[in-house]
Amino acid sequence: MTADTDVDVIVVGGGLMGTSAAFFLRQRGYSVTLLERGLVGQQASGVNFGNVRRQGRPLEQLPLANRSREIWNRLPALLGEDCEFLPCGQLRICYDADAAQNVERYAHDARDYGLELELLGPTALRARYPYIGHDALLGSLGPQDGHANPRLLTPAFARAAVREGAAVIENTEVLAIERQGDGFEVNTTRRAGPHNNSSTTYRGAAILITSGAWAGAMAARLGEPVPLVARGPQMGVTEPLPYRVEPSIGVKSDLPGQTVYLRQVSRGNIVFGGGYRNDVDLEAIRAYPAPEYTLHQLPLMARVLPAMAKAHIIRTWSGIEGYLPDNLPIMGESAKVSGVFYAFGFSGAGFQIGPGVGDVMAELIATGRTSTPIDSFHIRRFATTE
Amino acid sequence: MAELRVVIVGAGPAGVRAAQACVEAGVRPTVIDESGTSGGQIYRRQPAQFTRPYKALYGFEAGKAKAIHCTFDDLVPHLDYRPNTLAWNVSPGVLHCVQGEVAEALPFDALILATGATDRLLPVRGWTMAGCYSLGAAQIALKAQACAIGRRVVFLGTGPLLYLISYQYAAAGVDVAAVLDTSPFLGQLNALGPMAARPTLLAKGIYYRAQLLLRGVPVHTSVTPLAIDGDDGVAAVRFRSGRGQEEQLACDAVGMGFHLRSETQLADLARCDFTFDPDLGQWVPQVDADGRGSTSGVYLAGDGARVLGADAAEISGELAALAALSDLGLDVSTSRIDKLRRRQRRMETFRRGLATAFPWPAELARAVADDVLLCRCEAITAGQLREAAASQGAPEVNRAKALVRVGMGRCQGRFCGAAAAEVLAEVRGDALEQVGRLRGQAPVKPLAMTTRQEEKA
Amino acid sequence: MSGRFVRMAEQHRPAVTIVIDGRSYSAMQGDTLLVAVLSHVSTLRQSEFGDGARAGFCLMGACQDCWMWTPEGERLRACTTEVISGMQVLTQAPTEDAWPNCG
Repeated sequence: MTADTDVDVIVVGGGLMGTSAAFFLRQRGYSVTLLERGLVGQQASGVNFGNVRRQGRPLEQLPLANRSREIWNRLPALLGEDCEFLPCGQLRICYDADAAQNVERYAHDARDYGLELELLGPTALRARYPYIGHDALLGSLGPQDGHANPRLLTPAFARAAVREGAAVIENTEVLAIERQGDGFEVNTTRRAGPHNNSSTTYRGAAILITSGAWAGAMAARLGEPVPLVARGPQMGVTEPLPYRVEPSIGVKSDLPGQTVYLRQVSRGNIVFGGGYRNDVDLEAIRAYPAPEYTLHQLPLMARVLPAMAKAHIIRTWSGIEGYLPDNLPIMGESAKVSGVFYAFGFSGAGFQIGPGVGDVMAELIATGRTSTPIDSFHIRRFATTE
Repeated sequence: MAELRVVIVGAGPAGVRAAQACVEAGVRPTVIDESGTSGGQIYRRQPAQFTRPYKALYGFEAGKAKAIHCTFDDLVPHLDYRPNTLAWNVSPGVLHCVQGEVAEALPFDALILATGATDRLLPVRGWTMAGCYSLGAAQIALKAQACAIGRRVVFLGTGPLLYLISYQYAAAGVDVAAVLDTSPFLGQLNALGPMAARPTLLAKGIYYRAQLLLRGVPVHTSVTPLAIDGDDGVAAVRFRSGRGQEEQLACDAVGMGFHLRSETQLADLARCDFTFDPDLGQWVPQVDADGRGSTSGVYLAGDGARVLGADAAEISGELAALAALSDLGLDVSTSRIDKLRRRQRRMETFRRGLATAFPWPAELARAVADDVLLCRCEAITAGQLREAAASQGAPEVNRAKALVRVGMGRCQGRFCGAAAAEVLAEVRGDALEQVGRLRGQAPVKPLAMTTRQEEKA
Repeated sequence: MSGRFVRMAEQHRPAVTIVIDGRSYSAMQGDTLLVAVLSHVSTLRQSEFGDGARAGFCLMGACQDCWMWTPEGERLRACTTEVISGMQVLTQAPTEDAWPNCG
């Protein structure tokens, strides 16, 4: 069957990028249908660590990160809830002189982009955060940043988009996107419930592809292959412990597998991630953490927060994220098919900038330009010369 | 031929018979068991310092308990036996174990999961209070530690264990204030037909009941539990009798349970498919007649596959091992398999009878009041789940878990999952099956942060 | 209230001493930590979420409701830990102000 209404924009993929774009498009008065194969926020958007972190991002991402950080402040007004956002600081620590030098240089350069970071030497670090392992050489604190609950944010954006008038259609897989006249036809099939396997065609004037690790195949079908690879983050959480650790803490290291991060939620559990990422099966849709990578993480966590060594982990999980070789996302309009827009490939670092991505993509679709630079994220950087 | 790597998880009746079948076929299996001694929960051994004889510990089942223990003790030289070892995760073809602080990855050609069962619970107001225990806990206290869970105990729930454990407490000289069964007596009479498939077991059930009457222990059927009362510990149980009267019984301990549920975390992590059993109102791992799971090389046996009790566990343990050995190319006796399958079918008939006699009180789970704690680990109330389902939208239990943390705690939803699914189905107006099941997540039990990969020599 | 569990038999085992919240109590060889503690006091721990005291639930290592603390901040699952002489346990998180600071 064919859905009876044409909309301005069909959003393909109900992760954080898609749901926030749907919300901000509605705020600009555009009609939106969002199509999601499973439930909104089930993949990378829901399973990630929950870092609201600007520092460490490539400098050219900071204007977008700043724009997004401002939206984080307004979540209660926009969504009616704060999604457990705690702006209690985001701290990067390092153990060796090379990494320390990089962190110092980053703090200096980031200032030009309006990101103020506070550098803490070993003594200051110990005085401020007496629970951090004593072999940390340097800390770099982003005092305005922090962490939030990724399981809540995307469903909250989806509900807000629906309240604003968007149609959010779950359990609906996109099979094909075809140009028809001035717009597009999107052929779908139902993936659950009484109408399982039934087909529906949706029509829209523009298409926004926000399907994460699965977007690579869609871009390829539109004639724009990109070197997107799917990887699974390794996440875990401890039992609840007395709540003491305020900032989200990450290790800055250039050594393989040594970058880990942790945060304590106000209920007391310590959420952690990092180390290695494993290969995942895009077809299977569900990703499992690799047991040996979980074990690899444990001593690295105890180095960051020695008291954690006495605790137990009670749960681990993974998900499916799309990575690009330069660790920058793809954002902007298609170079091949006008009216198709992309926002995917956030390379394991999409959570903090997600609300900003939705806002910028809405601006781009509505006005044809963006007040925040996103040129370096354009898909044309992967165009093969023929 | 390379040595076949058969790994068995669990050393209860199913695991022991599976190990025996392997050894008899010339295979040396690895047996992983969380406990320090074999026997599982049903034939759990008392610590070395204890001296009670088999008859005192296992009653009618003394002979079977002794047979399982002796069989396993004789097998040990032919096994790679790893007691006090937790199987915390599974990845394709590899079981991940931890003993003390040392983790080890065990590649397998066949994995036989004989992981047993735990009590199936539904929340009653006050059930998290100190002094309230599962029925299984009450039995373990008495059997393995020679202790009663309190001075005056109420047993609450339904199922054959309710009567067995009440009898064991009364026989041990504990003051049993009452047995409160949520099932109607009439339903138990109606189920006598199918339960006659196992006449001796039926006779034992009748014996326990008669003994309770003889000892003056009040037995109430068709009971609606209302609350476990107390300030800083259990002081009384309030219930509505089958005649509609509200009654309160003073006590300092409660043992509660509504039959059992399979321990399926490892099967889930091994990527086995599950199927909904409408008789039980539970999701169970999909198995064929011999215990093959949907994942190649993974076999399920005992109460961990289907809750059929210890005798059936012995049969299904042997069957699963024979299936595994046969799949690995060894010759196994088809007549033995046929015989085991026939006996297994009789167990199945009896189980259907039990489900009729002692139905899972889904309506009680669905009616749990908003302010009652549903999830013990995370202290989440039924009302929080209902509110999240209504205002945030949770079409299935894993989304409810993500939104409101029900089932997210240390126990992995073992004790709240059944009731949470009922509450969610009720809010949504869906059938229980529609709201799905909580997916298992590693580790199967909490894993110490000090756990280290074994260094390969 | 004193103890919660009542010993019904097997009372001739060698005694051991354990320390609960700083006070010494006698237990017996072969006791689980849970039984040893609940023979003398009525609870094992407080729920992290303010809903009261807990004293274990399943006794078979499944429900995870009986985790106690040691004075050093380690966790012990009382139902699957065999008591040993001199064992020290707490029913509350230790040194509330110090955790998780490094020494």
